[in-house]
Amino acid sequence: MTSQNVAQLSIGAAPAHDGATVDVRCTGAWTVQGIAELDRRLESQPLPEKGEVVVDGSGLSSLDTSGAWMLHRTLDALKKRGCTVRVEGLRPEFNSLLALIASREIVTGAPAAAAPLRLEWLGRRALAGLRGTAAYFAFVGESFIALLHSVAHPRRFRWRVILHNMQTAGIDALPITGFLSFLMGLVIAYQGADQLQRFGANIFVVDLVALAMLRELSPLLTAIIVAGRSGSAYTAQIGTMKVTEEIDALRTIGVGAQEQLVLPKMLALVVVLPLLTVYTDITGILGGMVMARAKLDITFPMFLDRLDEAIAISSYWTGISKAPVFAMIIALVGCFRGFHVTGSAESVGEQTTMSVVQSIFLVIATDALFSIVFIWLDL
Amino acid sequence: MTATQHTPGSGPVIEVRDINTRFGTAVVHENVSLSVQPGEIFALIGGSGTGKSTLLREIILLQPPISGSIRVFGQEVVGLSDDAALPLRRRWGVMFERGALFSSLTVAENVGMVLHEHTQLGDRVIGEIAAVKIALTGLPPDAGPKYPSELSGGMRKRASLARALALDPELLFLDEPTAGLDPLSATGIDELVRSLRDGLGLTIMMVTHDLDLLWRAADRVAVLGRNHIVGVGTMNELSQSDDPLVRQYFYGPRGRAAREQAWKNG
Repeated sequence: MTSQNVAQLSIGAAPAHDGATVDVRCTGAWTVQGIAELDRRLESQPLPEKGEVVVDGSGLSSLDTSGAWMLHRTLDALKKRGCTVRVEGLRPEFNSLLALIASREIVTGAPAAAAPLRLEWLGRRALAGLRGTAAYFAFVGESFIALLHSVAHPRRFRWRVILHNMQTAGIDALPITGFLSFLMGLVIAYQGADQLQRFGANIFVVDLVALAMLRELSPLLTAIIVAGRSGSAYTAQIGTMKVTEEIDALRTIGVGAQEQLVLPKMLALVVVLPLLTVYTDITGILGGMVMARAKLDITFPMFLDRLDEAIAISSYWTGISKAPVFAMIIALVGCFRGFHVTGSAESVGEQTTMSVVQSIFLVIATDALFSIVFIWLDL
Repeated sequence: MTATQHTPGSGPVIEVRDINTRFGTAVVHENVSLSVQPGEIFALIGGSGTGKSTLLREIILLQPPISGSIRVFGQEVVGLSDDAALPLRRRWGVMFERGALFSSLTVAENVGMVLHEHTQLGDRVIGEIAAVKIALTGLPPDAGPKYPSELSGGMRKRASLARALALDPELLFLDEPTAGLDPLSATGIDELVRSLRDGLGLTIMMVTHDLDLLWRAADRVAVLGRNHIVGVGTMNELSQSDDPLVRQYFYGPRGRAAREQAWKNG
């Protein structure tokens, strides 16, 4: 930058005797691009203490609002020190800009809120966690009340919305869930093949694949994929509707947000997730079959014969029975997080992240509970 | 400031020539031309769907026209790369219809963010300059630390204007500056627009429906309709136009009331 483009302030020598004036010359471009250097220098530069100060602005090549602020701030600092300040040689348009800035009440350096103490922070976090849990249970309660209302008045079910949700959460998820569970079956059979071959127990790969897929992996895998696909979509949709006041609009029209937004999602998912689980049971076992034939020379008919003997029907039902519970968790957490969005776009992102993390966490934790219960019941 | 950078008579600030725009098969603009002079408050009006905002978006490089030329500060902007457009973008500010403030930042941070991005200024002085801009747009000082969701519609527009003014632009684009405001706030915006032009020497181009704002603030007005500019001139000139679209605009019940009001106020 040439000196022409940079704002400068030069202060003349201190007066030799009382009554003399100090000259302050402003030169260069006092603009938003030119004042950075000056601002840094002003912080350390000593200003005249007392007496009459003449500010000469005839050397200013340009002035914008930021420059005018800098000039105004400097003049103000001089006056506060008890100097009498006279401004000379300022072009009329610069003068009026300076007057415009001076005429406004400008409050700078609003005190930032002090950072809370660690203990206070911990307390607040704990309280927020408790409140969040309470709010979640309240939300679950409200949703079930809305469900009872709808059951009492079946005409209030929004069938079209429910069917649409089934399409997006279920049918549209077929390729991805099917492919992933096929891979999972493939991998289990592959990992098991070596061990089983060593004992000449090739045929038991059927038990391995079928039990693992039917009882645990297929319901869990499907629920996790759906939580990522649909749970996040629920949060983002409801959250955005909250930002654009669509939720308020629903209320004013007299349509309950629960009825319109939560119930259809929940019901659709409760129907669709068990069906998806059946489907991933099949694709998972198919994956196992393919690998069993390739690595262990077990033909498809052999595999299917063994499947019939090895697997009790209860294994199939225990797997499927978890799916509706997972569906409830995913739908309720997704919607609940959506309603928790506040005003900003960032908040939509935050709540969506929380929705996916919490629903996957709850799904896995619930799955563990199920395992314990099934052992008690000896299933 | 513009007073030194833009001597009057140095050619138009914006020159639009033979712009054609189509969305699919729907024709929006057909050979639209206009020019905006330095220091002018220029308004673009027309019914809904006549492509006012589209033309504005084409000028500020948010969307390219099918064909034609747009020169801003004498430089062709159609087909300009983002890198090449940066110096131009620093010289203009845009206030969007619904504010478009960053919702995760406070008002002061919204203004300060532009300064952080484009200047070497320190944090403290950026905070001060943000406060100056906020004060210039007539917002109360306590608006600075608030988030956009805590502001009323009128305050959000002013905050958006403060952000548009962050770099002291020479050219200001306003998209529907008074839409959705109560009459009092709208009058405040009229005065603000004029005081910005007079005080800071800005050139202002705005898209608006607000007849009061047009009578009070606009120097020249262009009317878009039937894919063309159907009239350009001062409000007085346009009110004498024979074009049916222009007459519709001015002699509808609202147009008449606004015109009478303008005469009364001299």
